[in-house]
Amino acid sequence: MKILVCISNVPDTTSKITFSDDKTTFNTSGIQFIINPYDEIALSKAISLAEGGTGTVTVINVGEAATEPTIRKALAIGADNAVRINAFPRDAWFVARQIANYAQDKGFDLILTGRESIDYNGVQVAAFIGELLNIPSVSITKKIEIADKEALVEREIEGGKEIISSPLPLVVGTAEGVAEPRIPNMRGIMSARTKALEVIEPIEVDQLSSIIQYETPAPRGTVTLVDASEPEKLVELLHSKARVI
Amino acid sequence: MSVLVFVENIEGSFKKSAYEVVSYAKAIANKVNQPLTAISIGNVADDKLETLGKYGANKVLNVNNDQLKSFINQAYASVITEAAKQEQAQIIVLSNSFSGKGLAPRVAAKLGAGLADSVVELPEIEGEKLKVKKAAFSGKAFAIIELISPIKVLALNANSFEVREEPIDTIVSNFEASNLPNDFDTVIKDIVRAANKVSLPEAEIVVSGGRGLKGPENWAMIEELADALGAATACSKPVSDAGWRPHAEHVGQTGIAVSPNLYIAIGISGAIQHLAGVSSSKTIVVINKDPEAPFFKVADYGIVADAFDVVPKITEAIKAHKNG
Repeated sequence: MKILVCISNVPDTTSKITFSDDKTTFNTSGIQFIINPYDEIALSKAISLAEGGTGTVTVINVGEAATEPTIRKALAIGADNAVRINAFPRDAWFVARQIANYAQDKGFDLILTGRESIDYNGVQVAAFIGELLNIPSVSITKKIEIADKEALVEREIEGGKEIISSPLPLVVGTAEGVAEPRIPNMRGIMSARTKALEVIEPIEVDQLSSIIQYETPAPRGTVTLVDASEPEKLVELLHSKARVI
Repeated sequence: MSVLVFVENIEGSFKKSAYEVVSYAKAIANKVNQPLTAISIGNVADDKLETLGKYGANKVLNVNNDQLKSFINQAYASVITEAAKQEQAQIIVLSNSFSGKGLAPRVAAKLGAGLADSVVELPEIEGEKLKVKKAAFSGKAFAIIELISPIKVLALNANSFEVREEPIDTIVSNFEASNLPNDFDTVIKDIVRAANKVSLPEAEIVVSGGRGLKGPENWAMIEELADALGAATACSKPVSDAGWRPHAEHVGQTGIAVSPNLYIAIGISGAIQHLAGVSSSKTIVVINKDPEAPFFKVADYGIVADAFDVVPKITEAIKAHKNG
C-alpha cells in the first residue's frame, strides 16, 4: 500500500492572529509553526496502515524552505520519505495542482489530507486532487478501514454519518476520530535526519483567487453578569434584550 | 445568463440552510440583474420544490434520478456543472455544509472557476471581479478574497445570511444530466442519523459543556437545557478527547466552528482554541464558577456559579418562559 500524506505548515493553535497595519499580511513574527493538526491525524493513520512493512508513507508539502522543520517532524513521526514543492502555497487550487501533478504517475493507493488547514480553512484540497486525478474523494472523514483494494470510510453529515465504500485509489480528508496523533520517539527523531527529502520546483498554475485583506472580529462589549439566584433574569435578558429566545 | 444555486435536501426536505443559500443567491442575482436558477438533486416532491419560488428562484431544475438519490460528490458535481453551462451561470452558490465542502471544489475545478468557501457576507461585484468575506484562521479572523476568474463558485456558511422572502412564480422543470462517466465508484452503504437531534453546524442555539461538568454521567443537565431550548449540544476539546462526548460535538479551532444566535458555555474556561470556534456566535452566555475564566471576557451574559446548582434552575426558567 502506497500512501501520500499532504501536510500544511500552520500557526500553532495557541497563536494570537495579527496582521500588518494595512491588514494585507499575516504577522508571522513570534509565531510557532506546526504540522496542521488534521494533517497529523492523516499522517498517524497512514503510518498505522503501512505498519509491519506492508506499505510506504510519503509526505508532501507545498512550501518554501522555512517549512522543512515541519516536514522533518513528519518524518520523525514515521513517514518514510518526503517531498517539498518549492513554492509559497498561495491558495488551495495552487496546492492541489502541485500535489496532483506530483502524484499522477506514482501509483499511490491512498492520498490523505487533513479535512482543512486551520489557517485558511478551505476544505478544498482533497476534492480538488480527486477531481484533478479523476478518482473518488471523501472530504470530511471520521473513520477509514482498508481491505484489499477497497476502502470503507465514515463521512460526517449534518446530524449523523454516512458509511461509504470506495475503490482505491481514493483521496480522503481526515477529521478527528480517524487516528490518535502520534508523537515522535527518539529513534524517529534520529532517523528523520537521514530520510530522503526531495525538493521539486512547482508547475505554473493560473491564479483564480487572492486574499486582498484581513479583518479581525469586532470586539464584544463587556459582559453583563446575572446573579446565580436569578436565572429568570437571564431568560428575560435573552428574550427581550438579546432577542435570541 | 443566470445565477445558479444548488439546494441540498435531507431525505427529501429542505432545511433552513437551504433557504439561506437561495436567499443569498437571490440577493446576488439582484445585484447583477440576472434571474436565479435553483437546482435540486434527489427525490424531492414538486410542492417542496415550488417553495423555492418564495425565496426568489425564477426556475427550479429538478434532477430526480434513482442513481442520484444519495449524495456522490463526483456525480453531483458533473450534474451541477452541466446545469451551470446550460444556464450560462457565472456565479454558482452552494451551502458550505459537509456535502457542499466535498462538492464545491469539484464544481469549481470542472468550470475553471475560482472558489471562495466559508463565505459570510454578500460579495461586492465590479465587472469580472468579485470580492467576498470569508471566515479564516478558524474563527480568529476573516479574509477578503478576490475571485478573478470569469466563473465563480461561492460556498455560504450556515447561519451567516438571513432567510428573505421574495415570492415569485417559479417554474419547476426536469433536468436530465447526459454525461456521468465513472462517477459512481463510491457506494453509500448506510446513513445513520440521530433521531430528533438538532444538527450542530446549523443550530440556532447551542448548549456546550466543558471539563467543569466532571464526567459524562453529568451530561443529562446539558441535554435537558438543550431540549428546553430546542438547541444542539456541543463540548470542548478536553471533553471529546477524554471520550465523554463524540468528536462530532467538539467545537473549537480543531473541531467545528459554529455561529448560532445563542451559544451557552457551561463549565468551559475559554481557551483561545475554543473561543476561535464560537467567536461568530451572535450572543454568548457563560456559566462558570471561576470569575477569572477567560470566557467571561468575550461573553455577553455571564453567571458566576457552580453549573450543578444553576443549570437546572435555568432549564426550569426556560420552560416557565416557554409555557408562559
